[in-house]
Amino acid sequence: MMRSDSSKLALFLLMTPFFLWIVLLIVLPQMGIGYVSLREKLGPREYAFGPGNYIDFLMEPIYWHTLLRTAWMSILVTVLALLIGFPVAYYIAKIARQRSRTALLLLCLIPLWVSDLVRAFGWIVLLRESGLISGALQWTGLASGPVEMLYNDATVVIGLVYTVVLFMIVPLYSTLDGLDDALLEAGYNLGGGGFTVFRRIIVPYAMPGIVAGSIITFMLTAGSYLTPILLGGKNSSWFTEQIYNQFITRYNWEAGATFGVILLAFTSLVIWLGLRLTGQSLATTVAKG
Amino acid sequence: MDDLSCVNVTKNFGGFTAVKDVSFGIPSGSFFSILGPSGCGKTTLMRMIAGFEKPDRGDILIRNQSVLSRPPHKRNVKMVFQHLALFPMMTVGENIAYGLRCRGESKAQIRDKVTAILDRIGLPGVEDRKISQLSGGQKQRIAIARCMVLEPDVLLLDEPLGALDLKLREHMKIELKQLQHQFRTTFLYITHDQSEALIMSDAVAVMNGGRFEQIGPPKELYDNPVSSFVAGFVGDSNRWAGKVGAVAEGVARVALAGGDSVLVDIGRHRADTLSAVEVFVRPEAITIGPGNDGASLSGTVDSLLFNGANSRILVRTASGRLVEVADQVGVRSVAEGDTIQIGWPRERALCFPVLPA
Repeated sequence: MMRSDSSKLALFLLMTPFFLWIVLLIVLPQMGIGYVSLREKLGPREYAFGPGNYIDFLMEPIYWHTLLRTAWMSILVTVLALLIGFPVAYYIAKIARQRSRTALLLLCLIPLWVSDLVRAFGWIVLLRESGLISGALQWTGLASGPVEMLYNDATVVIGLVYTVVLFMIVPLYSTLDGLDDALLEAGYNLGGGGFTVFRRIIVPYAMPGIVAGSIITFMLTAGSYLTPILLGGKNSSWFTEQIYNQFITRYNWEAGATFGVILLAFTSLVIWLGLRLTGQSLATTVAKG
Repeated sequence: MDDLSCVNVTKNFGGFTAVKDVSFGIPSGSFFSILGPSGCGKTTLMRMIAGFEKPDRGDILIRNQSVLSRPPHKRNVKMVFQHLALFPMMTVGENIAYGLRCRGESKAQIRDKVTAILDRIGLPGVEDRKISQLSGGQKQRIAIARCMVLEPDVLLLDEPLGALDLKLREHMKIELKQLQHQFRTTFLYITHDQSEALIMSDAVAVMNGGRFEQIGPPKELYDNPVSSFVAGFVGDSNRWAGKVGAVAEGVARVALAGGDSVLVDIGRHRADTLSAVEVFVRPEAITIGPGNDGASLSGTVDSLLFNGANSRILVRTASGRLVEVADQVGVRSVAEGDTIQIGWPRERALCFPVLPA
């Protein structure tokens, strides 16, 4: 009896912070946001309950264009992060010697010691008209005048990939680390060439890591604010910027809340579609990995 | 014709020579084992045959064709890995079909071959099972089926029974031998377990320190080992160090360290090469009762070790030496503390010079 009581207490104590976290920081605010999004503003202090804010969103092309653009660019960033992160993770997990692995992973973590904001400004220092790269190009004579490399989509994508690629590398590393070399050798021994072994053994084995990394990367990118604003400027048209504008600039909490709910629903939909298209499910990949 | 042969194969890792000048040939359809302690180079040798390592010198021939220039996936030798290396993300059927798909065979053909091989190994209808749903012995058979479905010239097995529990291992030894009979494929089996090698093989190579010490049928290794390593590694033996005294008519008197002296045939050794030697006498060669001069010892029964047909009597001689004596048919006519004499036919005592380390 004693034992089961104390284990119940331990469970209770362990679960309490978790529940408080989930309920206070995630469930309650989201319910509040959901409630506000369904509140139509008729006049000062005069509200009605209805889907009007959502209809407004659909009627205004600039809003959903921004949302689609954000989704597409986030998918692009996720794919690029996967293409860059996979070889890095594979190298650290399978090719680098045991002793250097920790050091290499730490090297990947170093950018995280600097805040997002400072890192974005780092890019600005490099890429602006009067920046280092522009200066170097002029000095070597490759460019005749100052070159502006900020405020375009390519820069935003590069900046975002740089910010999120680590969150792709870590889950990939941890799955690839468990890949026994004997599986690869068996793949070759049974007649598979390099590409076959990659496609039929390495990728399926790493799938839990690929799915986890892609979901994290996609969510982080779609929800990021600083990097697109600072590197893309007024042209970035990132959806989080719309949310910020509604809440802060226009003081339109109803529209802001609506956009928030839409962003959450839409990114979840994209992930669901992605899982369906690649034939994966959360239960068989993330839970297993 | 030899299905597989190695000619003077040598492999160095840095300054360390893992495999030294190894040559052998395996006749078609036979079961060949390489037996040696861990670190003797047997796995390196197998990895060179499979193509995962390149020998520094020498040649490897499969069906009389050198395969050194071929990458692993172009060699028709298939390997059963130590921990089997079944692909966990594929079903049993997909595992077996993997090699066939690499070859680009048609779907219908693959399905027929997978069904046929599963029937043959006695596991029909498990195509759609997951690897994790199989028992140890079933995994073993699937790993072999995955290779055999490709009809390899040689099947390599790298200590595949090591992960199994004792009972299953005993069972799989017999089953492996039967599978080999059934498929008539050349098996090259690597192990550090002498009983596996002796039971299953047509021929065994005993490997030590990167070299082959002796190649021969199991019975020959057991009865006529050529070196003290082989005598000590294959089967159980009483092993006594000693110094050769007088040699007369091919028989040497050896003074054993710590007292006692025995007579041994020096066999093919030259008398003048023998000084420090080791004498080997198998427990089953020793009987209780007075023996001939130089082929007997006396002592007290120290303990009785019961192990069914492998029961032993430990006899402690006056000089403190413990001698293992097979307890024939478990007669147990002696009790602990009895003073007894033990003896053996002189030709069953073997002696080998101690090599300078």
